[in-house]
Amino acid sequence: MDDDAAVIYGLEFQARALTAQTAETDAIRFFVGTQSLRFDNQIHQIDFDDENNVINKNIFLHREGEIWDMKACTYDRNILATIYNTATSAKAEMRGMLWKVPEEFDTSLNDDNATVQSLQPLASLYSADHGDLKALMWHPSGDTQRLITLADNHILSWELDGPDARVSSATPLEGKGQPRFTTGAWNPHHNSSQIATANENAIRGWDLRSMKQTYCIESAHSQLVRGLDFNPNKQYYLASCGDDCKARFWDVRNCNEPVKVLADHSHWVWGVRYNNFHDQLVLTSSSDSRVILTNTSSISSEPFGHYDDEDEEEMCDKKEGLEDGVICTYEEHEDSVYAVEWSTADPWLFASLSYDGRLVINRVPRNIKYNILL
Amino acid sequence: MDVTRKKRDMLKMYYGHSQEALQDQGAATADPCNINGAHFEPDIYLGKLLKERSLGELMDKETEMVRHIKALDSDMQTLVYENYNKFISATDTIRKMKNDFRKMEDEMDHLATNMAAITEFSGTISNTLQDRRQQITKLAGVHTLLKKLQFLFELPTRLKKCIEMEAYSQAVRYYTKSRKVLHQYQHMPSFQGIQADCQLHVDALREKLRSKFHDKNSCPKELAECVDLLLQLNEPAETLCQDFLSQSVHSSALQPSEHTDILEFVDCGCNGFLSNVCLVIASYNDLFLNRQQDDEQLDAIALKKLVSFVNDLMELYFGYVQRRVLLEKETGDNTILVRALDRFHRRLQAMNKLLPDTDFSRAGTEIVSRAARDRVSHYLHSLQQHYADCLTDIRQNLAAPRMLARPDGNPLSDLLQGLNSSLLDQMKSVLSNLQAFIASDITFAMKPYFRGLFCVQDVRQGLVVAFLEHINAVCIEFCEAPSDKGAVPPALLLILSRLCLDLEQSTISYLLTLVDEQFMLDSSSVVTPASVLTAAARDTAQRLLNHYVRVQGLTISQMLRKSVETRDWLNTIEPRNVRAVMKRVVEDITAMDIQVGQLYEEGIRKERSSDSTKRSLSTVRPSAPTRTNWSYTPSTLDNSLMSNIQKLFSERIEIFSGVEFSKVSVLTGIIKISLKTFLECVRLRTFGRYGMQQIQVDTHYLQLYLWRFVSDENLVHFLLDEIVGSTLHRCLDPVTMETSVVELICERG
Repeated sequence: MDDDAAVIYGLEFQARALTAQTAETDAIRFFVGTQSLRFDNQIHQIDFDDENNVINKNIFLHREGEIWDMKACTYDRNILATIYNTATSAKAEMRGMLWKVPEEFDTSLNDDNATVQSLQPLASLYSADHGDLKALMWHPSGDTQRLITLADNHILSWELDGPDARVSSATPLEGKGQPRFTTGAWNPHHNSSQIATANENAIRGWDLRSMKQTYCIESAHSQLVRGLDFNPNKQYYLASCGDDCKARFWDVRNCNEPVKVLADHSHWVWGVRYNNFHDQLVLTSSSDSRVILTNTSSISSEPFGHYDDEDEEEMCDKKEGLEDGVICTYEEHEDSVYAVEWSTADPWLFASLSYDGRLVINRVPRNIKYNILL
Repeated sequence: MDVTRKKRDMLKMYYGHSQEALQDQGAATADPCNINGAHFEPDIYLGKLLKERSLGELMDKETEMVRHIKALDSDMQTLVYENYNKFISATDTIRKMKNDFRKMEDEMDHLATNMAAITEFSGTISNTLQDRRQQITKLAGVHTLLKKLQFLFELPTRLKKCIEMEAYSQAVRYYTKSRKVLHQYQHMPSFQGIQADCQLHVDALREKLRSKFHDKNSCPKELAECVDLLLQLNEPAETLCQDFLSQSVHSSALQPSEHTDILEFVDCGCNGFLSNVCLVIASYNDLFLNRQQDDEQLDAIALKKLVSFVNDLMELYFGYVQRRVLLEKETGDNTILVRALDRFHRRLQAMNKLLPDTDFSRAGTEIVSRAARDRVSHYLHSLQQHYADCLTDIRQNLAAPRMLARPDGNPLSDLLQGLNSSLLDQMKSVLSNLQAFIASDITFAMKPYFRGLFCVQDVRQGLVVAFLEHINAVCIEFCEAPSDKGAVPPALLLILSRLCLDLEQSTISYLLTLVDEQFMLDSSSVVTPASVLTAAARDTAQRLLNHYVRVQGLTISQMLRKSVETRDWLNTIEPRNVRAVMKRVVEDITAMDIQVGQLYEEGIRKERSSDSTKRSLSTVRPSAPTRTNWSYTPSTLDNSLMSNIQKLFSERIEIFSGVEFSKVSVLTGIIKISLKTFLECVRLRTFGRYGMQQIQVDTHYLQLYLWRFVSDENLVHFLLDEIVGSTLHRCLDPVTMETSVVELICERG
């Protein structure tokens, strides 16, 4: 079997929410949340068997509503947070909830008539005062049991204490025309004391200790900003993407211009993700139904690859192979791809999810992998 | 007869004269019977006769022989007698001669004695005259000496007089004549006095000459005279050179007035400064270099001094000229500048002839070509300025409200025409202005090192190509940083795109041909070929058009996005109207259609089905449930089903893709972007029944109006179906509206 072939998994419902099971570092696991207004929504826990190229799944019911966003906990692999929509004929609200996922992945349930399990709710992340929930972020290192959510125009900081969750602080975003957050990212550097948020086409940085705005990239994109991600290995570096079909890379010490711009997509870019280990590898997903893997060695934490004094010739070859640019365009999707995530267990593997409920697991091309490793 | 002949022959034979006779005789010699032959043997002959002849014959022969013998004897006697007479007379003559010689000898002796007497006399006379002659010679010597002495004694007064009369050259001549003598006899007191006096006067003279030499008012000719005299007075030549040159600096000092006309300036420089310099060089040559000088070293020093002096001056002059030429930047007229430069250049060539070792014409040409280059860059700058002005004009025109007031006219294409022709005209006039530099009557234009560089590097590369590249660069700037420059009017993008396309299709090749013709360039020397420029222009046109599509698409997208995001779709009333924003969208797209139509051709449309106008949501409806159905089917089934659906929609729609240079393609691009945005926004919302129905009405309305703009109406249908389909998904209570009602609302709205 060709190892590089994409593995496709189809869901019955439309879906936007995808997260890797972050605290799980041995098995390749992803969670996918579905969106359906009229049927019970599901969370699929996907286990990818790397050796056999087979997908196993556990399906959990999520009756509370359609899932718009989902993040796996960074310190406990059995905790999952979802943002869901509770739609009644009169009102639709976005709420959040913490769930407990069963301890072990049950491979025996992996047949077609899989019984659907229920998830055990841990705590609600709904704060009635602050309106719709837009995004949530776990503490990046998981050192403290902390969670941040972005409500309409507030940053809410949550303290988790076992099963309880309470708002420890709420910081409003002020500005003309009632700005609303769209998305955010937690900076893993500087002792995890900073986050970045996006509203309309601006990106703002916040210091969590003082809850003050530290920087602001006013026109990060000419249109709406859809996604943010911090470089996990190089501080100050932030990637953003948006409706102008571009992904931009910023050094937040200089907000005036991006250090790099990728313009390879032909429609809005919804998600951008740095590889956790090799941050020159960047994934972008777009509503042109493509996922693009780009090499950004020039601004990565290891711009020239590994030096090896013994064989310089090979090094030259390596350099050639590692030039900036699109590595691969993945075209397995038919509909808009709203989410893409690297696996937390295998640095060469990632999953992407399109609106029609198709989950595709792909790998970094082997020659690139060897290029980086050797 | 026969006998005489025989005799003569025999005589001949005797004297051995005739060869012939000898040979004739040859035959007979051998014959011993030939009585006349040398080998005659009487016995044989007798015997033979006796044997052969008869007695009668013998008798005859005997008588004949006797007769012969008698004749011979008489001949002999005659000869002897004759010879004897001759001998006698010869003896007489000799005796007479002997007598005559004796007389002559006596006379000769007499002559000799006379001569001796004469010699003796002459000796005595010269002895007597000897003393007198010596005295006369001595007297003559004394006379000349006295004359000279008199001259010497008079010298001081003469010198004085000469100096008074300002006949300096005379004075110098006198002095130089007597100098040696005075020097020789200076040990004698009287001469010493004279010398001292002379020295005094000469010093005065020298002083006078010097003061004249340093006099600022003296003309170069006078100066030359002074120098000449001073040199004769043994002044050191080197200091004189120095003084002379420094003196000349004043006379040739340049007073450049920067306010005068350039032509006047160059004229002034040529006539005043350069001719002065020439004069100085010429007189210097005469004074110091062309003289019969023994000292080679001095010659070299003098030449060196002159060269460095002239170089300094010329440097100064070039500096002035350059500064002055730089001032010409602002004015537009070339001919005067070119004429001035030409005059300047010509004059320098004349200079070169005077001073062979230096090459001012190179420096001069440098100045000329720098001036030309300055002109070119000035023109380039003004062209760029003109281009910027044109763009500002167009922007103002676009911003003016009257643009919108005349929808029937063709304002955009008028603007484009204006821009095009104004750029072309400007370029043409610049080129014809620059042609002045290579006019046939201009000397420097014929120099290959000026002409080649000027035509290829400056004009073609530095002006035409650079300007075309500038146009491109400015256009690309509009594409790249739209947010920094403020809003670029989309119509401007459209005009520029068309401009670049026109450039690519005709203008570039036209301009390059024009340049090549006007400046007589051959294609081999071309640096940037036309193909590079046209490719760049086409690329730019494409980018501008893509950018136009993007900008316009985003404008409409923004409108649609806001309209979807800000509405509460759950709690909305039953639709009665098409939403105003949809009408606005259609209006805007129609306006864009008109805009693009002014500049681009219609383009190719796909054949549309005959019932397209009749097409309504009824065709959407059956598709919607089927699509809702498949999403509920279990995952086991959906593989086959999905693949079917994939086949149905296998053609991927590139939303922000490049467009072709046609109206339909541009509009298709804009509509694609807008509808895709609509779709994405709908997917982010949750709809109630009436919200959904509103979307149904809106999409139907769009469908009614948008199909006419696009190349493939199925594309619009597909995207609108997607929107309705997605809305159905996002609807809590999906009950669609009656098609007839939808149509009614749309028609009314």
